Amino acid sequence: MAVVEHGGKSFEVDEDGFLADLDGWGPEWVDYVKELEGISELKEDHWKVINMLQEYFKKNGIAPMVRILSKVTGFKLKYIYELFPSGPGKGACKMAGLPKPTGCV
Amino acid sequence: MHKTPLLDKLESGPWPSFIKDLKRVAKRKKSVADLLGVLERSYKDKITHWKHGGIVGVLGYGSGIIGRYTDLPEEFPGVEHFHTVRVNQPSGWFYTTKALRELCDIWDEHGSSLLNVHGSTGDMIFLGTTTDQLEPCFAKLTAKGWDLGGSGSAMRSPSCCVGMARCEWSCYDTMDLCYEATQHFQFEMHRPSFPYKFKIKCSGCPNDCVAAVARADMSVIGVWKDDIRIDKAAVKAYAGGELKPRGGGSPYAKLDIKADVTDLCPTACMNYDGKTLKIDNKNCNHCMHCISLMPMALRPGTATGATLLLGSHAPILEGAQMSWVIVPFMEMEHPYDEFKELVGNITEWWSEHGKNRERVGELMLRLGMREFLKGVGLEPVPQTVKTPRANPFFFWHQEDFDAEAKGRKYIK
Ligand code: HEM
Ligand code: HEM
Ligand code: SF4
Ligand code: SF4
Repeated sequence: MAVVEHGGKSFEVDEDGFLADLDGWGPEWVDYVKELEGISELKEDHWKVINMLQEYFKKNGIAPMVRILSKVTGFKLKYIYELFPSGPGKGACKMAGLPKPTGCV
Repeated sequence: MHKTPLLDKLESGPWPSFIKDLKRVAKRKKSVADLLGVLERSYKDKITHWKHGGIVGVLGYGSGIIGRYTDLPEEFPGVEHFHTVRVNQPSGWFYTTKALRELCDIWDEHGSSLLNVHGSTGDMIFLGTTTDQLEPCFAKLTAKGWDLGGSGSAMRSPSCCVGMARCEWSCYDTMDLCYEATQHFQFEMHRPSFPYKFKIKCSGCPNDCVAAVARADMSVIGVWKDDIRIDKAAVKAYAGGELKPRGGGSPYAKLDIKADVTDLCPTACMNYDGKTLKIDNKNCNHCMHCISLMPMALRPGTATGATLLLGSHAPILEGAQMSWVIVPFMEMEHPYDEFKELVGNITEWWSEHGKNRERVGELMLRLGMREFLKGVGLEPVPQTVKTPRANPFFFWHQEDFDAEAKGRKYIK
């Protein structure tokens, strides 16, 4: 595991740049990831997605299906890609500090 | 170069050796030299040396690239990153050398130069590159008109048999449908939004040369509704031995039309009295056997279209399934509006009801054919089952009692 320094904090990450542990998450992490993910400025809607992902993960122990993310936030997938250009998995989940998606990706 | 005593053994023998090819490329690509090293190690240890998973991609897309990292990066730094890029293939895998050179030049610059021609789903596979090369490689591809294929819980790259390009049996234009479906479902291919993967495969006739029935959630298989066309003179030529069976592709020099053709017809709907070949077409199930044996004498009819089958997938989780009939016959005319609408309805019904990582075929088993047909707007028809149910545990809905009370019509 590599360690990333940003905003005076250090984060443990894997080779895909996902946080090793949600407990290590902080707003500085979001600030760090946004540049890698092609996001210039964080808007309220970005935070709505990040908060929803974290709440869902804390409650259920998994990331929500794309459909559920859309339903709960009210954002269409197209708009989620406008917010997070690499999509809900690589973009939003990474930023929210969730573990990396697995399976047949 | 690493020492590869185990792999070296695979350079002998008559079949083209992938080790020979890899060694040729390894002379100028460090990543391929290290790939041989890792592979040799895996042969020795009898275990893979790739880490679990990997999430990489290009901006705007959620699929198309499969991230891979070796678990021995210190020893084999050339394959510390070894990501795979899926490039959507042209329908039927027809290329010009210009197109292939274009692809090879791009991959030589941005990757290992290794290709898989092609991946099982159909894509041209670029094997092995680093994360920082993904965006530049993607930019070069799109500038030349290429795009990525699908991966993840998305529409995967559709594929098709050569169809009308060079097969006299094709009952619809498989290449055109494949292209149209690919274009129509671009959003679904590049931005995963389904419970799991979804594949479309198009075969021009029931010979099913892309194995659509076994490895596509939506299998489109060409078929005809009218009579098999018979050329009497050619039948005579087969009987006399002037024409070789199966285009010369069988061990028999001369066809015994009764023993080899009519007696093997699965529905026994053919008759040959030594002179005239007769087919009772309403009992023909379009198995292709007679046509495949006597291509110069028999041809599919002219009222053509396709049978749509749904649900095939590999064993995980609920056991392997082949697709089964959901629409016995659909006309397949450009721009295929009816087909696109049905696929849209199916993926919508499945996205709404499917569990995480549940293939559409498993959802059909879980909720039942009745829910499926109602959900996607199809009529129940006898062709969708091989035999009726053998148990009496039928679930009656209120509407069944209402229909019964009003005097149900069993036949429309
Ligand atoms: C759908 C429900 C049921 C199924 C699938 C089922 C299945 C079977 C089967 C396969 C046998 C063995 C038959 C043989 O080869 O000899 C059997 C025997 C038997 N079943 Fe059931 N059964 C069901 C319900 C019931 C119920 C509700 C009862 C009692 C109220 C019952 C009582 C018996 C008895 C007593 C035998 C033994 C009969 C004999 O050996 O002569 N079964 N059942
Ligand atoms: C293999 C033989 C049998 C079959 C296939 C069978 C089948 C059924 C079925 C399908 C139901 C309706 C379940 C439902 O409400 O969804 C049922 C209910 C019932 N069966 Fe049987 N049965 C068998 C044997 C028996 C026997 C031997 C008895 C009595 C000794 C019996 C007593 C009952 C009773 C009392 C109910 C009503 C249960 C309720 O209302 O909750 N059955 N049976
Ligand atoms: S599936 Fe039928 S139409 Fe397509 S190539 Fe094979 S034989 Fe020809
Ligand atoms: S296609 Fe098959 S079922 Fe039909 S007549 Fe020929 S052999 Fe018989």
